[in-house]
Amino acid sequence: MAELALRQVVKRFDDVEAVRSIDLAIPDNEFVVLVGPSGCGKSTTLRMIAGLEEVTSGDICIDGEVVNDLPPKDRDIAMVFQNYALYPHMTAFENMSFGLKLRKFSKAEIRRRVEHAARILDITELLDRRPKALSGGQRQRVAMGRAIVRNPKVFLFDEPLSNLDAKLRVQMRTEIKRVHQKVKTTTVYVTHDQVEAMTLADRIVVMNSGRIEQIGTPQELYHHPRTRFVAGFIGSPSMNFIPCRLETNGGLGLNVRVSSSLVLPVPAAHATRYRSSVGKDLLLGLRPEHITEPRDSTNAESNRFSVTVDVVEPLGVETMVFFTVNGSEICSRVEPSSVEPAGANMMLQADMEHMHLIDPGNGAII
Amino acid sequence: MTVSVAVPGIRPRARRASLHRTRRWALFASYFFLILFAIFFLLPPYYMVVTALKSDAEMARMVTNPWIIADGVTFDQFKILFSQTDFLIFFKNTAIVTVCVVVITMVISVLAAFSLGRMRFWGSSILATGIFLTYLVPDTLLFIPMFQIVKAIGLLNSYWGMVLVYPTLTVPFCTWIMIGYFQSIPKELDEAALIDGAGHLQMLLKIFIPVALPGIIAATIFAFTVSWAAFVYPMAFLYSSDQQVLTVGTVTSLIRADVYKWGMLMAGALVAAAPPLVIYAFLMDYYIAGLTAGATKG
Repeated sequence: MAELALRQVVKRFDDVEAVRSIDLAIPDNEFVVLVGPSGCGKSTTLRMIAGLEEVTSGDICIDGEVVNDLPPKDRDIAMVFQNYALYPHMTAFENMSFGLKLRKFSKAEIRRRVEHAARILDITELLDRRPKALSGGQRQRVAMGRAIVRNPKVFLFDEPLSNLDAKLRVQMRTEIKRVHQKVKTTTVYVTHDQVEAMTLADRIVVMNSGRIEQIGTPQELYHHPRTRFVAGFIGSPSMNFIPCRLETNGGLGLNVRVSSSLVLPVPAAHATRYRSSVGKDLLLGLRPEHITEPRDSTNAESNRFSVTVDVVEPLGVETMVFFTVNGSEICSRVEPSSVEPAGANMMLQADMEHMHLIDPGNGAII
Repeated sequence: MTVSVAVPGIRPRARRASLHRTRRWALFASYFFLILFAIFFLLPPYYMVVTALKSDAEMARMVTNPWIIADGVTFDQFKILFSQTDFLIFFKNTAIVTVCVVVITMVISVLAAFSLGRMRFWGSSILATGIFLTYLVPDTLLFIPMFQIVKAIGLLNSYWGMVLVYPTLTVPFCTWIMIGYFQSIPKELDEAALIDGAGHLQMLLKIFIPVALPGIIAATIFAFTVSWAAFVYPMAFLYSSDQQVLTVGTVTSLIRADVYKWGMLMAGALVAAAPPLVIYAFLMDYYIAGLTAGATKG
């Protein structure tokens, strides 16, 4: 059992506040991904958990015990680094067993643990090789093996897939998920890649400018983002933000006016929530997958509009179509067979059930 | 698939021929200068070998070509050098001094470089620069105050005094080489070691020293060379032959007033040059890797 808790943790480097009073509780065995752009404080948070950075104020607790002043070796954590950090003069076996040797484990126990981890990671054949003789993916597996053999309370991953090529990254992502399912351990994983975050996490912590923007499951963050930042960060390609004005339609219903010619109806289910914002200039948030070629649905006619195609990006299973409305470039995800060439007019449909309205002043989703 | 790009006015075959010709000239020029330099640098050792293998009688005749051995090879110079002079004592003293200096230098400079290069603390960068600056003060300037110090601690005319003063020449440069080498090792390596449970000393012994071995060997060779070839300090501090080292001992015992025992001088120089030569030959690759480490890593 290992629960990890961060209570009002602050990290200051001279005048710069890298982490601003964050609170986070991670239950036993949970896989939590810290995600955010460069400089958002995610790696600093991870390094504070590891004990590689001192905490300016606040508490870090592992299993209820405050570990702020404990050195890394006494926190019972294991960390996988972005550049693997394997000891170049040691074989894979020696790399994996180094921590156990320092902790005075018996030779037999060391061999048992290393061989067990090697079997999990499928690197048994590579144990006699030095890091120089291993590929990037193999090195990352050895680095993970070094963490697994310790059987720690918490696994920490600091952008472990960033140095791998795209294909290997996808492969290793699955591998990490598989390993976590086998070796149930509380895990904190840092990445700037939201796809990695979505695919791996039980819960995602989105960070921005040293603060936690939102914590939630991948589905929660995707469907119910609380801020414009989260809405834009989660999802690929990112959500479209279109300047608009909220109006009444003369009756009880509401409309979103994007331009003089483009007015989209707000679904009745959302109308109550948005009523207090009528007459305000807002941002309409719609994901590319919710702007498609016309499909059958209720109120379909009123959600359809014609655009002039700017750019077409075929991806095989789908095609991204870019167009401009009122000066904003918008991306839509369209069935390849329905796509018109650049410069031609094309009919599209907005799935307003998935719409978000954002207050441009504070970036909060209404 | 090869894509050829046509350059206006130059046909591809003509361009290839021109490239080939340029490369041939570059190679020719390289070999010419390499051979020239090789001859230039090998002439003194060659003269040394030839003279060491000649008899005193042949040298005294002055009629034969000095570059060849006319009367046949003889090892008399070596026999006399080893049996009738204090050369072996000088050799032994030099070996003791050098081994001690190398050990002292490496212990001090590895520890100093590790702390200055990896453990950031207040004033560490100023201290690192300061250590290097001390290397720039020549021994010809230092030997007078050093004389006072060595005399004060009672080590004048003792080769143990050399063990004390040579590190003032070797430690700064070796520390400087090692700082650069330690700094080029990624910081994640010590972080990984910290998480694995290593203390600073274990980190140094089990991670940093093995990883920085080329740098350590480069520093060792430097300390060895400086210690083996030092001249000013033994010249100033040692005066009895039982305490003398090779560099000064060979010269003072084999040159009497205007009488130069050329054969033995050359034989002595050859034997004295052998240990550094052997060490360089075996460790040259490490030496070059160590000296160029900082140049290629960010």
